Amino acid sequence: MRLRALGFVVVVATVAAFPAAFGVYPVKLLQEILIWGVFAMSLDFLMGYGGMVSFGHSAFFGIGAYVAAFALQGSPGALAGLAAPALAAAAAALVIGFFSIRVSGVYFIMLTLAFSQMFFAYAFQAAWLGAEDGIVGVPRVVVLGLDTAQPTAFHLYLVGLVTLAALVLWRAVRSPFGHVLRGIHENEARMEAVGYPVSRYKLLAFVVAGTVAGVAGALYTQFNGSISPDAFFWTTSGEALLMVIIGGTGTLGGAMLGSAAFILLQSLVSSYTERWMLILGATFILFVLFAPGGLVGALRGRVGLHA
Amino acid sequence: MSPLLAVERLTKSFAALKALNGVSLAVEPRERRALIGPNGAGKTTLFNLITGHLAPNGGRVLLEGEPLTGLAPHAVARRGISRSFQRTSLFPRLDVGENLRLAAAADGRGSWNLFGSVARLAAPRARARAVAEQVGLAERLAEPAGRLSYGEQRQLELGVALATAPRLLLLDEPTAGMSPEETQHMTRLLAALPREITLLIIEHDMDVVFSLADRITVLHYGEVLSEGAPDAVKADPRVYEVYLGTGDEG
Repeated sequence: MRLRALGFVVVVATVAAFPAAFGVYPVKLLQEILIWGVFAMSLDFLMGYGGMVSFGHSAFFGIGAYVAAFALQGSPGALAGLAAPALAAAAAALVIGFFSIRVSGVYFIMLTLAFSQMFFAYAFQAAWLGAEDGIVGVPRVVVLGLDTAQPTAFHLYLVGLVTLAALVLWRAVRSPFGHVLRGIHENEARMEAVGYPVSRYKLLAFVVAGTVAGVAGALYTQFNGSISPDAFFWTTSGEALLMVIIGGTGTLGGAMLGSAAFILLQSLVSSYTERWMLILGATFILFVLFAPGGLVGALRGRVGLHA
Repeated sequence: MSPLLAVERLTKSFAALKALNGVSLAVEPRERRALIGPNGAGKTTLFNLITGHLAPNGGRVLLEGEPLTGLAPHAVARRGISRSFQRTSLFPRLDVGENLRLAAAADGRGSWNLFGSVARLAAPRARARAVAEQVGLAERLAEPAGRLSYGEQRQLELGVALATAPRLLLLDEPTAGMSPEETQHMTRLLAALPREITLLIIEHDMDVVFSLADRITVLHYGEVLSEGAPDAVKADPRVYEVYLGTGDEG
């Protein structure tokens, strides 16, 4: 346990110190990995622990991203950059979750997908959201007197928030609530029969996952200084799903590893060939067939730590 | 004294099939009641109507005079009715202790805690250990439920139902599929349950029924055919005709 905490601190410190040793491009890649990693972890909380495979998680990423873009243009504080996007995503998750958790399996996938595509269609056409071009020229946030327009400040701000998000989710899956969620994943009918109002627990899990996804979206806007309707598109949900599966479903660290594998592969292969999607697809198929436990499952197998 | 459980003229149809046709019965506090009848008599349907898993077409169910009609299964469970399932229904990848602890914590607000520690939920953990002792699984607390033997899984099935500390326990064929030794073991566990827990038990094994039950209700084609003390039911010629004598109870 103590060893794990130490390992976590070392990883965070290394990631925080990364810009001191590397150039602009590697730092950009790392930041992208961290943001997508938070998004993938929030999806893993929902599917790996709660057993709800959503294909519409982009709705909350997009809402967080757009609310941040819109609000930061007004006033570049923490309220606009973080609190407002998180609250908006939570509210949207409450509404979408209310309808979606009534069904399960394929119907849940379809319903969540439909909701996220509605947001895409709207953002793509709404003039006040910049329609298909989205919102550009979003100023960076100023928090606690720290102007994140400055690259080092932004990096530390990002690492701090990603660490916080990871700790919150880590704590949540080990909490009494997280254990109830695992019970629901294992046997929903029995949980209901012993007295758990299962749908209310699922709704709270959906809201927690949506809120964290909204924070990831807000960070993505601040990272790029812009946001386009693609944030809502189903491929955004699909990529997060691939990250979770490649990394290892039901392991938060795996979601972050999956994000790293996905983004590094994408940047590596796309510099050689236009057909990087083909390579990515093949990689994914190999993972599903030969390493169903993902990267984490494969690593655990290697050192003999079977989950 | 009013009965703990009162079932009043309960009717349930599945399309053209009338599974229950005006069933009434009353179970007194501390009573051990067996529910017997040939397959398709409506026994499990009656359980599903009591626990809110199915909605009746007519009639109602009362617990201490309070109607349960319309309540969802989780709400019925919180009123103090727990059940076991004929087909074992556990949390296979969670260990025995966690299976029991989840059931024991079902009524607590602590389960909503997103940031607390499970280790601090002392009462459900203690309850889980006590129930494990009660159903003979104290040595197996750390074993995943899916790795238990069939007989042990049936013991855990009973344990999960018990862990919610019910007033009324509905057991759906607790000895289903068991070997004679396992059946004897289960019968002893059931006989040792505290009298405070009122039992309503569906069972095909007549040895189990006659060794446990204070009273027996015989269902046949969705209607109560006979009801009374074990000896009276045994002597009822109608029961002998439709059920005990035919030997097709399997």
